[in-house]
Amino acid sequence: MAVAVGREQLDALALNAEEYGAIVRAIGRDPNDLELGMFGALWSEHCAYKTSKTLLRQLPTEGPHVLQGPGENAGAVDIGDGLAVVFKIESHNHPSAIEPYQGAATGVGGILRDVFAMGARPIAILDALRFGPLDSGHNRHLFQGVVAGIGGYGNCFGCPTVGGELYFDPGYADNPIVNAMCVGLVRHDRLRRASADRAGDAVLLVGADTGRDGIHGATFASVEMDERSGERRPAVQVGNPFLEKLLCEACLRLNELTGVTAIQDLGAAGLTSAASELAHRGRRGIDIDVDRISRREKGMAAYDVMLSESQERMLVVLRPDAEAAAREVFDHFELHADRIGTITGTGRIRVRERGALAADLPLKALVDGVPLRAPAATFVERRSAPVMPAIEEPDAVLLDLLASPNLRSRRPIYRTYDHQVQDNTVIGPGFDAALLRVPGTSKGLALTTDGNPWYVALDPYEGTKAAVAEAARNIVCTGARPIAVTNCLNFGNPERPVVFGQLQESVRGLADACRALELPVVSGNVSLYNETSERNIPPTPVIGMVGLLDDLSLRCPAGFQEDGDLVFLLGESREELAGSAYLRLLGAPCEGRPPTVSLEMEGRLQAAMLDSIGRGVLRCAHDVSDGGLLIALAESALYGGLGLRCPGIVGPISREAFYFGESQGRIVVSVAPRRVPELQKLMAKHHVPLHAIGVVGGEEFQIGSDIRVSLDTLRQAWETAF
Amino acid sequence: MRTGIVVFPGTWSDRDCAHTLLDVLQEPVRYVDHREQHLDGLDLVILPGGFSYGDHLRCGAIARFAPVMEAVTDFANRGGLVLGICNGFQILQEARLLPGALLRNASCEFRCEWVNLRVEQSESAFTHDCRPGQVLRIPISHGEGNFFADPDTLDAIERNGQVVFRYCAPDGRVTANANPNGSLRNIAGIANSRGNVVGMMPHPERACEALLGSVDGLAVFRSAIHALTRVGV
Repeated sequence: MAVAVGREQLDALALNAEEYGAIVRAIGRDPNDLELGMFGALWSEHCAYKTSKTLLRQLPTEGPHVLQGPGENAGAVDIGDGLAVVFKIESHNHPSAIEPYQGAATGVGGILRDVFAMGARPIAILDALRFGPLDSGHNRHLFQGVVAGIGGYGNCFGCPTVGGELYFDPGYADNPIVNAMCVGLVRHDRLRRASADRAGDAVLLVGADTGRDGIHGATFASVEMDERSGERRPAVQVGNPFLEKLLCEACLRLNELTGVTAIQDLGAAGLTSAASELAHRGRRGIDIDVDRISRREKGMAAYDVMLSESQERMLVVLRPDAEAAAREVFDHFELHADRIGTITGTGRIRVRERGALAADLPLKALVDGVPLRAPAATFVERRSAPVMPAIEEPDAVLLDLLASPNLRSRRPIYRTYDHQVQDNTVIGPGFDAALLRVPGTSKGLALTTDGNPWYVALDPYEGTKAAVAEAARNIVCTGARPIAVTNCLNFGNPERPVVFGQLQESVRGLADACRALELPVVSGNVSLYNETSERNIPPTPVIGMVGLLDDLSLRCPAGFQEDGDLVFLLGESREELAGSAYLRLLGAPCEGRPPTVSLEMEGRLQAAMLDSIGRGVLRCAHDVSDGGLLIALAESALYGGLGLRCPGIVGPISREAFYFGESQGRIVVSVAPRRVPELQKLMAKHHVPLHAIGVVGGEEFQIGSDIRVSLDTLRQAWETAF
Repeated sequence: MRTGIVVFPGTWSDRDCAHTLLDVLQEPVRYVDHREQHLDGLDLVILPGGFSYGDHLRCGAIARFAPVMEAVTDFANRGGLVLGICNGFQILQEARLLPGALLRNASCEFRCEWVNLRVEQSESAFTHDCRPGQVLRIPISHGEGNFFADPDTLDAIERNGQVVFRYCAPDGRVTANANPNGSLRNIAGIANSRGNVVGMMPHPERACEALLGSVDGLAVFRSAIHALTRVGV
């Protein structure tokens, strides 16, 4: 087919010739520049999921409590009392690589808008972050900028940042991962879907004026980066959390009015995406008059206005007779609102500029018509695990691990985030999962994000299963029952067969784990092309999970509570060292088979935990994960400020694997001595192995004759500065 | 006690203060919009935390010009009880209802963490229920809480007993280590000379329920309730 545009123009939009052909077939002519720009944005990987859509169909998305699955601004799950929890996780990797503060800040801003567009009040933010090692000045610049950007936005907005995770690995040098999750609450009858299903409704654009920032942001997020990516700084948006706070309060108030049909946030691909998606969801059309849109600068063409990703803007669709009441709300918050268009029955998006038709496209093709890509996949053959010498000084290894960047205390970071505002934070950041009160009830929501990148690098299927299992384990350690999942799939360039193979296996692992643990996936995001100068990031699925605790008084802490309590290890330890923090500490290559998860065993362990915590048997519970058993024990000691005496641990496996191996499906618990028989009975009932470890108490952390260090020494190592 | 909670654009601990008064203390509250010009019928006015006007220009510098601040000044001058928390404290200083200034934290970072406060005097309306030397565990959450005043002002507020709270160790000792933001003389909260206006950087409304980690903040609100009963308002 003859192509009417140059290769360069298509490259700038990350479209290929085949896609251009599909556009021409769909509209029966060559698109003009604006129309091509609109297609480029909506057919970008970021907006259209053209590479991942087929894979994502495997995910279980339904369940008895799911009120809204994927496809909306965020997912929603019933938590009883007429309330729904609304949540989603999203990436902002590419912008953060170029401009870390604003990239991360607007990542938080975008996910907050997704949640309040659903009518829900945001109650928590979590952040999953990955960076290259901090011995590079550039990585440190990215790390500090991202952390400051998250705090700068969330703190000013007034939503607590209660959790998340942080890893460092050379694979993330120059291409950091910045995933933000937001959780909100709404009454069922106020849960709103962004679907404009009434022709004749008025369309208002509310909030910030439209500027040139972020043009082609969605496209930028859909191509690999190189040394010239810095030139894309103008494609990074600038956030204004103060305006967002006003916008949120206004939208929540608007949500109480009758006559408001839909609220939709403007995110990737700006007005083009927001307008097209909400009209298409309602099976209607939309007319937009770009001359009515307030701008930050003169000389902006329709193209700029339609593709700008200026932040803190919302589209509000309402019946014409509701406009006056809506304007009262905007006036109260001193927000600017332009009436920019109308919902029509045409099934088309029509953009007018100075009275002339500047774009006229069928929504079905624009929103749903992208040809799906099915790239080739290859799988890398596994190499055998490195063989390392036996440990000579276990105490030195323990201290070095505790002080290592991936295991040391995250307090220097989370104390720069307001994690308490809104008065619901029962368990804050720094533990297995955060626990928030559901206001007005005795219930709690447990929240976590997880994704160990090394397991996934070694085996994308097993690694992703492990991420789901670990997230669920973190939730049950608080006493809460996992109820649903959101996910962010961060991968490299899918046009490379190895990368597509990783994505394929990872999604299969996600689907299998969620199905086995009966956890619906209600929202998510895919971030591909995390490739810089031909180096791809390690495959990085991040699992966000929400759990429900019916009675907060039953919550279980992660730290030791009382002198004399007995400590047990639940679950089975195996000879699994590949992918461990221990091997990384020794400088061994990341090779071998990562810890594998038995989902059946995991289900039993989690049932046993909920049973035990529900009966008040446990004094504390802490998931055994990165760093292995001794790190988990040391953390429980440090959290509780109480020592541990352990007469010597003899496992059925090597000392290295028992101390520092990262076998999955294990939890450290403490119990009062008189409750031990009950614990034994419960674990027998659920067929969960139980291994006595030691006694809580004293000022020392002692493991047989191998380790004897004071809590102060442990703490000093753990609190090593970043 | 009838409490008014002032809401500026960008305020966010208004809801937390309302929750504490309504749900924990069963005291009636109403929100006061920043454009209101009258505070009739109120016994206590709270200027809550947040980022009023996005902290643009300087924390509290714009809020100080909001119409409601004239009414707050009149209310304070007539002896009404005024509590400024965090951003509210900054606004009270900008409005010259309290002396000194709050600079960027010495760490140059935002800090959200639990701190210990030593109650320096029980004459103010908000420490009436405490005894001097008592230690309260209450969290901070701010980027600009580094209390500063020139030497003369500092000596004057010390002499007049206007220092209400100091950051301290859990045992009450006032140490450099216990100071989270570089405040001069570890000052965390001060009163006006009359004792009816108090500003504090820590958030007492976050420390009023055992579930949230402390109930020490209740002393601040209960003191106000009792102060009002005492003078028979």
